Amino acid sequence: MRLTVDGQSFDFEADPDMPLLWALRDLIGKTGPKFGCGIAACGACTVHIDGQPVRSCSLPVGQVSGAVTTIEGIGTADRLHPVQQAWLEEQVAQCGYCQAGQIMSAVALLDEVADPSDADIDNAMGGNLCRCGTYPKIRSAIKKAAALKTAGL
Amino acid sequence: MASVGKIARRTFLIGAAAVAGGFAVGYYYYRKPFANPLEADLGKGEATFNPYVKIGADNTITIVAPRAEMGQGISTTLAVMVAEELDVGLDQVKVEHGPASYAYYNAAILEEGGPFAFFDESMTAQAVRSGLGVVGKFLALQATGGSASARDGFDKMRQAGATARQLLIAAAAQKLGVAAADLETANGSILHKASGKSLTYGAVAAAAAAMAPPAEVRLKDRADWRLLGKPQKRIDMLAKVTGAPIFGIDVRLPDMLYGTVKMSPRFWAKPVKADLAKAEKMPGVVKIVPLETNYGHGFGIIADNTWAAFRAADAIDAQWADPEYPLSSAAIGDVLKQALGTKGSAMRDNGDVDTAFADAPRERIVEADYAVPYLAHATMEPMNATARFGDGALDIWCGNQAPTLVRQLCANAVGIEQDKVTVHTTFMGGGFGRRTEMDYALCAVLMAKETGGRPIKVTWTREEDMRHDAYRPAAVGKFQARLGDDGMPVAVDMKLASPSVIAGTLRRLFPSISPLGPDKSIVDGAYDQPYTIPNYRVSGVAAPVSIPVGFWRSVGSSVNGFFHEGFMDEIATAGKIDPVEMRKKLMAAYPSAVKVVEKVAAMAKWGEALPAGKARGMAFTLSFGSWVGEIIQVADTPAGIRIEKVWIAADVGTALDPGIIEAQLISAAIYGLSAAMGQEITFADGMVEQSNFHDFDAMRIFQCPVFEVAILENFHKMGGVGEVGTPPAAPALANAIFALTGKRIRTLPLSKTVAFA
Repeated sequence: MRLTVDGQSFDFEADPDMPLLWALRDLIGKTGPKFGCGIAACGACTVHIDGQPVRSCSLPVGQVSGAVTTIEGIGTADRLHPVQQAWLEEQVAQCGYCQAGQIMSAVALLDEVADPSDADIDNAMGGNLCRCGTYPKIRSAIKKAAALKTAGL
Repeated sequence: MASVGKIARRTFLIGAAAVAGGFAVGYYYYRKPFANPLEADLGKGEATFNPYVKIGADNTITIVAPRAEMGQGISTTLAVMVAEELDVGLDQVKVEHGPASYAYYNAAILEEGGPFAFFDESMTAQAVRSGLGVVGKFLALQATGGSASARDGFDKMRQAGATARQLLIAAAAQKLGVAAADLETANGSILHKASGKSLTYGAVAAAAAAMAPPAEVRLKDRADWRLLGKPQKRIDMLAKVTGAPIFGIDVRLPDMLYGTVKMSPRFWAKPVKADLAKAEKMPGVVKIVPLETNYGHGFGIIADNTWAAFRAADAIDAQWADPEYPLSSAAIGDVLKQALGTKGSAMRDNGDVDTAFADAPRERIVEADYAVPYLAHATMEPMNATARFGDGALDIWCGNQAPTLVRQLCANAVGIEQDKVTVHTTFMGGGFGRRTEMDYALCAVLMAKETGGRPIKVTWTREEDMRHDAYRPAAVGKFQARLGDDGMPVAVDMKLASPSVIAGTLRRLFPSISPLGPDKSIVDGAYDQPYTIPNYRVSGVAAPVSIPVGFWRSVGSSVNGFFHEGFMDEIATAGKIDPVEMRKKLMAAYPSAVKVVEKVAAMAKWGEALPAGKARGMAFTLSFGSWVGEIIQVADTPAGIRIEKVWIAADVGTALDPGIIEAQLISAAIYGLSAAMGQEITFADGMVEQSNFHDFDAMRIFQCPVFEVAILENFHKMGGVGEVGTPPAAPALANAIFALTGKRIRTLPLSKTVAFA
């Protein structure tokens, strides 16, 4: 089986029914996407396939045809994505476990809507659970990231 | 409050140990410091000054923050305490959790374990507090909980930084041949202003660490703080926004196997029949082994990858014995109600409650029955641990709130000495009390015995996590008040019953210790509130239901905050008094409480007329040493009730990091609101009915209200932060819903009675 993940090609053997999440985490070694529920109910496993956000815990790896992007592929500690930069500036994370998924959902939202309203944020982020209750800061960080992106930062 | 005589006559339960009266023994031991665990594992050129500070010759400064980082920001605040006194910037230091060691015991976690309210500063209360601090040292529990980490670390960690700094100055003075008094420190360097000479800390670290520590260190005055008292950038933020592998579930080791567990869905029940054949033959499965711990029975599935293990766990066909506790939630509720009818132990007994009610006219009596369900912690990161057992040595990687206990119990589980066990404590994807439990570490360790020395990462499914928790206990309460002519309460009688968290915890962790005396956590949040009512009794009964119960963010106060403050609102309604005004009058003897209530009322403009379809409720709880008032505004919308806004005022005594404190207050309120709105763990056929986030959900972003927070510092003792926002959240919401709808809801979750948008 071959997958392109974060711009790199990976060859590996896997049961095609294995959820993409476990192929990423256990077989390819991409631990950025997190396991939270296994039923697409919490969003911690969110990655992009060809830019679209998907819940990798519920998508069989055999059905993946596009390029996969994880939190590890959108930016690095030295070159953060504007969404990551906004998350850092707003000091969003507490335990941090859901944040990879939150950030991936937010990146997809901002790729679609440059200046999202509160309702846009509610719609795009409603599937991402956070048990620490960082929602107020997630909201402000998305707005800050929108401004950073628009400014080309 | 409890008198000396009562204390001497009875014993009481604290933390995870039963302690009888008399703490005089062993002060020598108490004063003797533990060895510095960092000495055993120093890098080349590295010197250590105490268990909290290491400095390398290259001026790499490492601070050990030995508490569980589960989101509450404690690793940052503890590091700041050291950095403040060491005169270094937070960006100049590396922060590590460090090894499991008794040197990192948490004394403060037990200090409020005695039967006294936080504001009780009588001789007896103070003596017991200091005695319990000694017990903390004796038990040497390296534990994170009780919102105690900052309070425990405040002196220790500042002293660690100050001592190291003083030694570095002394060594530099020797090296430069100048007087120590002429040297200054800043940003990890020592400067001799007159000559312009300077040395890095690293240049003198080895010499300094070899010197005898000063007999006395002077800590900075608050006015001189550069870092403490101001919001800091969290040390873990960059790792958390880049998806770095910092959690237990991210551990990857060479040649690692993967696994999961399938434990009995009926607690403590053994399998009566199990067919493993189908599961064992599934692709990727290496082996299935029986598991038996103090947490119960089941199977461990060892496989090539996590998903293969999950699938095999599903394929195990097992029948389980009958449980030792009632089968259904209704039957469990009956046991709780029966317990309520028995004599409890009164933890507060002011005046003469029986006489006060004996001649009360019917119209002056307010009565109510309250109930709350069992709750799961549901941390975002499911339980997991990685273990490697070979050559008589055991390594464990996991997020945990009690490393020395993990070491002790896991050593016992494989039959080796504790010094052969290394605990690697990772960041935690949530804790909330769940990671004080040892089950996930024990299971991984037992499975590592079966892999021929290969490491194994054992990850629980969400379903397994939801159905094998140490739950917040269900609880019931019976409440009675007698109103005076002015509508104010002259007598209240509160009786509470729930399974004992302490007894449950002892069974799992220290089965040889029998619980003695009443469990204070059954009445916490009700008996210790800053209200003065002439006749005021709060008693608790432990109900005999053995479903595992444990420490859930704010513990007993999560139950009794709802009960007590819901009932206070009922009293205000019956007495036709504004609930804010009533509280201010009843709290008059406690100025810190009054100021919190006044502040939150002013923030919310309490009393101002609201548009139709909106209403507000208020609640107050003193817990873990902090005084917290919350007001919640709700709105009636076509889709259901919407929580629009939450105002929080909290007096934490000393605010060490206002940014982190505000985040924690909001976090804890959302945690409490999530439970109040819709969460419950119920039982059928002896098994938990809920399984995942579809039937045990939490607040989502589209339900999240706007928050406004004020942090006060009026009280003279520092309070906790991580849990204190939770207790007032549920009652403030229920009181707001009463104001909106006229429905007085006394049973959680509220979604059984009203719909939320």
